[in-house]
Amino acid sequence: MSTFWIVVSGTLTGAVGPGVSVLYAVYGELITERAGRINLGLEGCMLMGACFGFIATVETGSAGAGVLAGMAAGGGLAAVHGYLVVYRDANQLATGLALTLFGGGITAYAGRDYVDGIISGLNPIAIPLLADIPVIGDALFRQDILAYLAYGLGPLIWAVLRYSRWGLSLRAVGESMSVAYAAGRDPQMIQMAAIILGGALAGLGGAQLSVAFTHTWSEGMTVGRGFIAVGLVIFALWSPLRAMVGAFLFGGAIGLQLQLQAVGAPVSPFILDMFPYVITIAVLAIWTGPAARAMPAGLKSVLRSG
Amino acid sequence: MFRPFGKARSYSRRPLAVLAVAVLVTLAACGNDPTFDPTSVPGFRYVAIPQVDPPSPSVEQLGGASPEAFAKAFEDVRTSGTIFRPTSDFAAAVRWPLAAGEKLKIGFIFVGSQRDLGFNQAVAEGSRYLEASFSDIEIIRAENIPETAEVQAVAEQMIRDGARIIFPTSFGYSGPIKEIIDKHPDVMFMHLGDLEIFENYGSFFANIWQLEFAAGKAAGHATETGKLGFIAGFPIPPTLLNVNAFHLGAKSVNPEVETTFVLTNDWCDPAKQATAVQTMVDADIDVITQHQDCTKTIVEAAERAGVWVTGYHYDASEAAPNAWLTGASWNWGPVMAQIVAEIRNGTYQSSIMLAGLEAGWVKLASFGSSVSDDVRQVVLDTVEGLRDGSIEPFAGPVTDQDGNIRIPAGVVPSDVDLQSLDWLVEGITGRTN
Repeated sequence: MSTFWIVVSGTLTGAVGPGVSVLYAVYGELITERAGRINLGLEGCMLMGACFGFIATVETGSAGAGVLAGMAAGGGLAAVHGYLVVYRDANQLATGLALTLFGGGITAYAGRDYVDGIISGLNPIAIPLLADIPVIGDALFRQDILAYLAYGLGPLIWAVLRYSRWGLSLRAVGESMSVAYAAGRDPQMIQMAAIILGGALAGLGGAQLSVAFTHTWSEGMTVGRGFIAVGLVIFALWSPLRAMVGAFLFGGAIGLQLQLQAVGAPVSPFILDMFPYVITIAVLAIWTGPAARAMPAGLKSVLRSG
Repeated sequence: MFRPFGKARSYSRRPLAVLAVAVLVTLAACGNDPTFDPTSVPGFRYVAIPQVDPPSPSVEQLGGASPEAFAKAFEDVRTSGTIFRPTSDFAAAVRWPLAAGEKLKIGFIFVGSQRDLGFNQAVAEGSRYLEASFSDIEIIRAENIPETAEVQAVAEQMIRDGARIIFPTSFGYSGPIKEIIDKHPDVMFMHLGDLEIFENYGSFFANIWQLEFAAGKAAGHATETGKLGFIAGFPIPPTLLNVNAFHLGAKSVNPEVETTFVLTNDWCDPAKQATAVQTMVDADIDVITQHQDCTKTIVEAAERAGVWVTGYHYDASEAAPNAWLTGASWNWGPVMAQIVAEIRNGTYQSSIMLAGLEAGWVKLASFGSSVSDDVRQVVLDTVEGLRDGSIEPFAGPVTDQDGNIRIPAGVVPSDVDLQSLDWLVEGITGRTN
């Protein structure tokens, strides 16, 4: 293989590897924000998922139980956020950040006896034929089950939001709580459900990271990817399909910088390390117009000054 | 991690450490003279270390080594030329008469988990060794303590609880701890790797690169593709020293070998570590090693990917029963026991101590089951040669990536020179900036 194809293949490896956990968090935040709320505690939810997912896997020996525990832990933390912002009218930015700090602390404490835990976890499953495609086969179709689930979840969320009654209600609440209320919905209940579901998906992303991708729990192991996910939701203009592009672009930039170093590219690794963040910032800057139009009306009071 | 001279959670302090090393070496070595003589440095002088009776640990505590070897290492530490000591009045000022049955309390503060299969676990093992070496010592431990004012609070609490010696074991603790040492002139603080010392604040660090060289030999024998991978956090001198030693070790048994050096720009980002392993496996690299803070992810990922791995910090062979070759690990117990013995005898002189195999401060991790007896013998002979000084991996000529001769023929750099090394040897793909 030429160097070019090695780099392409490495980028794709990174796209799916570290990208999947971010993608789940983006899905989660996207659902929350489409309901008109924002959860900056996403990082905490991911950590909860990673930590308790790993603990449950060690204790039960079952990766499936671990994934469910991770979702429950992420959803549980988000439920605290939901109660405070929906029913107690707390400042959602402050609450979210507080929960990120809380999630970081509680997981460092709870997970301290599990740092050396060894699990069999979820392992890559090769899809016959597809996995043999040159360059992309290994990267896309020799992955764990949660990666395949993430591929399918994007179109599913898109379809549910667009075509189902539940999706319509959620979007209506996100645009105008009073209109949704007048139409006979319970906006607070719907927002609460969206926030919990969002946290559970972020927890699933965290569990994918610890139980499937790295087989490791380590304090603070998400290193800020929950916040990246919040940015990627704006990048995706609140669309689940564009969210897949965003998350894989972010992961791909990680893979690209590692692969460029491995082939000896004459670029500083420090410059390469900025790739994912530069891409995120650049896209946010370029897409201000479309983002303003696509933003759910319920978020405007939080995210926009005018 | 290994932290260059200790352990830093953030890179921000690292340039300071690098700068400090550079300044120290420049000042101390008067222009990097490879025949650096610490006795020529103003303010530094060798002092004959008074006779201290070594503790007598059991074979189990020594990880299988003989008590005689420990006694010899203990003696070597005392006479080692790589240890330089400034004068200090601390020793004369402090006496802690213990009442009958009273125990000497010693505090250990860790930045991470004591079970991280990495740096912290290696230090924790040292503290247990210490506990086992003296019958009248009580260890107080605190883990997951950030490198902030929090470490001050923890240290103060330990002192209130009666601790007379504190080991703040992470590099980043140096700043906060140095703010409180004046308040506690009767407490000794022993930092891992700081290059600044005070009367009641000493420092020690070990030459683990020697074992990277030995592990490199095992890697050179194991590789079938001739490609090795080294996953590091940041391109700081101690890391560059490790990758250079690893490559030179491999090259000495397999002249065609190439090493790929990849930086994750983080001391512990498991997702990036796993991605880096995958990237290397895709590039036909079949032996992987690392210089990271948390090491378990890479070791396990190598096992799952079916490539070989050599370890760092700690013996993590249990995490990779098939992939494990051998590894470089710390052996903090003996030096800690020596320091504590000296402090108790009132003879400790605050100092920066740096030593390696010759003093028993580092050790080879166990061999994996796949390593043949012949290769084991090669590696063990290498360790012995490094210990007695008959093997000098960095003896010139050594050529860098660009083909420049960095160490001329006939020159053997000192341990202190090596700590400021900032280039990669020929045959390594990767960058230092």
